[in-house]
Amino acid sequence: MNALVPLVVIIPLLGAAAALTLGRRPRAQRVVTVAALGAVLAVGAVMLYVVDTAGPLVMEVGGWAAPFGIVLVVDRLAALMVVVSALVLLAVLIFSVGQGLADGDDETPVSIYYPTYLILATGVFNAFIAGDLFNLYVGFEILLVASYVLITLGGTEARIRAGTTYIVVSLVSSMLFLAAIAMIYGAVGTVNIAQISLRMAEIPVDVQIVLHIMLLVAFGIKAAVFPLSFWLPDSYPTAPAPVTAVFAGLLTKVGVYAIIRTETIIFPGPELNPALLVLALLTMVVGALGAVAQADIKRLLSFTLVSHIGYMILGVALGTVAGTAAATFYVVHHIIVQTTLFLGAGLIERVGGSTSITRLGGLLKASPLIALLFFVPALNLGGIPPFSGFIGKLALFEASAEQGTWLAWVLIGAGALVSLLTLYALMRVWNMAFWRPAADVEGYESTLLDNVTEAPGGHTMTATRRVPKLMIGATAGMVIASVALTVFAGPLFGLSTRAGENLEGPGMYVQTVYPGVVDE
Amino acid sequence: MSVSLVLLVVMAVLYACGIYLLLERSMTRVLLGFLLVGNATNLLIIIMAGRAGVAPIVSDGVTPEEMSDPLPQALILTAIVITFGVSAFLMALIYRSWRLAKVDSLQDDEADVAMRGGAVALEGEGSERADDDTEFGTRAQAAVSTARNLEEADERAAAEITTSHDDAPGADNTTDNTGGAHR
Repeated sequence: MNALVPLVVIIPLLGAAAALTLGRRPRAQRVVTVAALGAVLAVGAVMLYVVDTAGPLVMEVGGWAAPFGIVLVVDRLAALMVVVSALVLLAVLIFSVGQGLADGDDETPVSIYYPTYLILATGVFNAFIAGDLFNLYVGFEILLVASYVLITLGGTEARIRAGTTYIVVSLVSSMLFLAAIAMIYGAVGTVNIAQISLRMAEIPVDVQIVLHIMLLVAFGIKAAVFPLSFWLPDSYPTAPAPVTAVFAGLLTKVGVYAIIRTETIIFPGPELNPALLVLALLTMVVGALGAVAQADIKRLLSFTLVSHIGYMILGVALGTVAGTAAATFYVVHHIIVQTTLFLGAGLIERVGGSTSITRLGGLLKASPLIALLFFVPALNLGGIPPFSGFIGKLALFEASAEQGTWLAWVLIGAGALVSLLTLYALMRVWNMAFWRPAADVEGYESTLLDNVTEAPGGHTMTATRRVPKLMIGATAGMVIASVALTVFAGPLFGLSTRAGENLEGPGMYVQTVYPGVVDE
Repeated sequence: MSVSLVLLVVMAVLYACGIYLLLERSMTRVLLGFLLVGNATNLLIIIMAGRAGVAPIVSDGVTPEEMSDPLPQALILTAIVITFGVSAFLMALIYRSWRLAKVDSLQDDEADVAMRGGAVALEGEGSERADDDTEFGTRAQAAVSTARNLEEADERAAAEITTSHDDAPGADNTTDNTGGAHR
């Protein structure tokens, strides 16, 4: 079963190569891309089952034993992330196929879209299964370089401008990560995560804290943790809707995943937990306040994305099994819901010709289905009771209350407040774009917002258009998946808890990579 | 672990210059800064390898203590390739940005400018002076008012050729306030 592990990287990589050679045949390209991601989803599901029942999988690449060769490790957390990511990537891919078919952009340079998308998937999966800090860096670089191409897709002026910010910020974060790896290697003489974990305990605490902070800053930029989140609302909204959706759903979560690994395996000590709790608080509040101020749906969603990263950091920063389990559940919930909302924004852009809520109106009458597809995940993100957002937040609050410090209680209060602010921001979108009669919008012109939105294919500001069934279908699939998270919250939360228990201290992970061996 | 002082000093200088350039608004300088920081990081990795030694090939009479650490060299090789690829992409991006906007510097986000403009408008008429230093004034579209407008520069040059050279030479040096509005 260990042979399954590298497949999640190899399949999309080979798929990308195949798709690139099929550049002149868009139909074959689409088939290859969908098939590759479908295969990864299947492999991921099998792995999740095996890992959950029979314990973690370890692959020593090339047959070299652990500290010398590169190891790929799949525990419950990694398997869960692979499955959810594959699901999201597939859904967004189908959405973009629908959009591409409708726009008729077979002639435009989008022949690189599908291969790049698969490379992005490769990087994401590689980061999830890396058992080696440098391999994690390579995974990050693969996904980042693919994301550079995707965010500047088409090379319009707005995208180049937004992409430049994103690229420069990402480069700085990568350099910090690389420098941190170099220093960790200087300190402990290895880049294998399990071995680092074993040896880090012998390093003086002050050196540990420096290395810890360097890693956290590098990952914090990727995960968009305040104050390192400034780049995100600036760069995400200009990209095409499917690209924004997949970035919002996955890329920040890869950063969060790396933070979970750092906090639980490399530096399991509690030294920086209070600082992380304060950052979580600031991320939540600042993001939510930013969301309330926005008039463009994509920007608004980007700010809610930043704000909800705070919840996950809260769970990680608690440093308890309950906290890690709740954070894991929240990551899964947020990947799916945030992607769905961005797909919903893509549908709104499609049907309304804009994503500015001051220009939209009467969409409920124009397309009740899209209204439903936006409303359900909006309530979910806001944390309205039966939905998974509520369950995730409740679990986080319970874990905080269990810890019981005054800071934890402040975070519970802030979490509840931010949840309300998120709901307020999203309901404002609902009221303006869907509920308000279209007649109220007539004659309203905001020159300031003229250049904010850009519809794919350059058909900006046209009247209501027909929405391809494939786009609706993909979004509906994601909405169903988000509702399924609620229905199957029990088993999923059980899985998250078991994943959290795996991560209670580095022991389990180290034991997996070095069965029965203690260092030296 | 013994460290070569020369390498350490070179690394520090590269980092200092690189970070200074990265903070510039001009994209070309950012690229140069990225290259410097990338090389500084590569040097950091090689410094972390410890003392230099013989090639790490197992042969008679060579003990592991005399060998240099091969792993950082492998890491650097990967890092160099990644830096190379990303630099190529950045150069393409800069070129594209130049073709489209005719500016080398990074421009502000329009929605941010719009939001800031909205806030200024609420304060009243007299506040226009307050944001002069941001180079935006009341026109949100003129992202960088000092941006050189090539068409206008060409026209001006053509006009200068046709007219006599007795005109005041300072005309070229004055900042063109209307230039940035048209692209």
